[in-house]
Amino acid sequence: MKKVYGNRKTLIEHLKEKALWVRKETLKIHRIAPETRIASSLSDIEIFVALYYGDILKFDPNNTDWKDRDRFIISKGHGAISLYPILADYGFFSNEELQNVCRESSFLGGIPDIIVPGFETTNGSLGHGLGVACGISIALKRNNSDSKVFVLLGDGELYEGSVWEAIMFAPEHKLDNLIVIVDNNKISMLDYSRNIMDISPLEDKFRAFKWHVKAVNGHDVEDVYTSLINLINLNNNQPKVLIADTVKGRGVSQLENDSLCHIKTLEAEEIDNLLKELK
Amino acid sequence: MTTNKLKTMRDVFLEQVYKRMHEEEHIFFLTADFGAPTLDKIREEFKDRFINVGIAEQNLINVATGLALEGYTVYAYAIASFITMRAYEQIRTNLSITTQIKPVNVNLIGVGAGVSYVVSGPTHHCIEDLSIMRLLPNFMIFSPSDWKLAENFVDYSISMKIPKYIRFDAKPLPQIYSDIDSLDFEAGFSEITAGKETCLITTGYMTHRAINVTNKLNDVGLIDVFLLKPFKSDLLYNVLKKYGYIITIEEALINNGGLGSLISKLVQDKQSDIKLRHLGFNDKYIFDLGDRNHLHKINNIDEESIISAIQGIHL
Repeated sequence: MKKVYGNRKTLIEHLKEKALWVRKETLKIHRIAPETRIASSLSDIEIFVALYYGDILKFDPNNTDWKDRDRFIISKGHGAISLYPILADYGFFSNEELQNVCRESSFLGGIPDIIVPGFETTNGSLGHGLGVACGISIALKRNNSDSKVFVLLGDGELYEGSVWEAIMFAPEHKLDNLIVIVDNNKISMLDYSRNIMDISPLEDKFRAFKWHVKAVNGHDVEDVYTSLINLINLNNNQPKVLIADTVKGRGVSQLENDSLCHIKTLEAEEIDNLLKELK
Repeated sequence: MTTNKLKTMRDVFLEQVYKRMHEEEHIFFLTADFGAPTLDKIREEFKDRFINVGIAEQNLINVATGLALEGYTVYAYAIASFITMRAYEQIRTNLSITTQIKPVNVNLIGVGAGVSYVVSGPTHHCIEDLSIMRLLPNFMIFSPSDWKLAENFVDYSISMKIPKYIRFDAKPLPQIYSDIDSLDFEAGFSEITAGKETCLITTGYMTHRAINVTNKLNDVGLIDVFLLKPFKSDLLYNVLKKYGYIITIEEALINNGGLGSLISKLVQDKQSDIKLRHLGFNDKYIFDLGDRNHLHKINNIDEESIISAIQGIHL
């Protein structure tokens, strides 16, 4: 299934096409299941695309317990509806299943859970993923495994104290197989995070806790891809964090820059128009 | 053979874990900065399988979960009130929910059940743990009354791949169980003394107190419950049904989800005529100081109060 690109330009073009396709497919899912958190699922698309279509993440859709797979912990569970079309595309489950999100007899819920093939942990409650990833990371190192542990955190999630327990823990144990990506979309549920409790500058905070830090434009898929490749090839005994500057509701003018977009639902007609307009 | 030697359940259990860590490469021991003499040996000899996560119970559970998801058997060790209540939602999400889909063998060891940290006040008294831990699906709850039971549980904890809550009294206590091999461990209880009309039902430390009572009063039965979940209600009822009166005694809030509630529900489900009385703490925290017996006395669970309660039944 994975294609090998001899030409970097072709790969980046492919990633851009995939990002557009995933954005459209995510909107289609939202039309079927308006309960899904659409704005949160639009800010992390380039991150998912770089990981899955950039041949960064090691996985086997036919054997989700493959021991040499990379572990991807999606700690901001609400925002992972955009991973459904990618997982279906790779055959973790059938494309038809995408028509049944949140419906009776489906396993694809409004928040992707551990029962969905391709998800490693129980999602939906914020602040757990990084600590669990630390445990996985220690286990993999003890097993002399080359597998990496990727974690997607939301910036709003960083308000949870348990995240900082893990942020302190990871460098102490030199978890250099751990790569965290912060989807820094700057809006929590009720407001811009800067109006709730300003946690910037994130880079300085992670650096002070002895992490290797890289900041990136989270919607420039080339930038995201290149940064992730550099981070996984870096052997400096430190855990790594990629802080992705993103826009909540990216690509949808009704959502972008709306401080309440997390709880907004798009009408079917709006989605139909967006599917025609999105480029 | 029982010995009169006092031992803490914690020391005996950790010693056995230490032994098993020599044989089993897949055991990790995590602590939230909480110690014990045997732990020093584990820390020294198994540097790469011992982690002190610091005073961070939430991360203790989360890191333990990650290791368990990769197939390791994990012990997570802390003070009972903090491991259960500080990290309850981590336990619920990452252990109780997760294990229903992917088994996680995480063994929570909570030290300081009931009011065993006598003078440390209500933060260190752990009188709610049985109630809240019983709520969680897919969990096992082990509340031993002596170190022999505790020691015996180690092998079981390795082979049984579900999350467990193991609660230990903090103080050294004498041995109760002599012939552990003939005990039906999975039944989860033992009728220590068979009585006629009246039976005491206890768990943990209060079993020792009840033994003193049954030594003084003839014909009073005693059942020690050490597995509160899973709970073999039919097996227990078969033993209980010969009694007319039951008194449950626990260092916990009365009838708020702990041992008393468990027995109430059993009696109710069986539509039994058995009369019940619950002894324990009223709906309040304990700021009083003094020794453990004093705390028991002012809450009517000391020896004399229990004897009065038994005698009161028949008046």
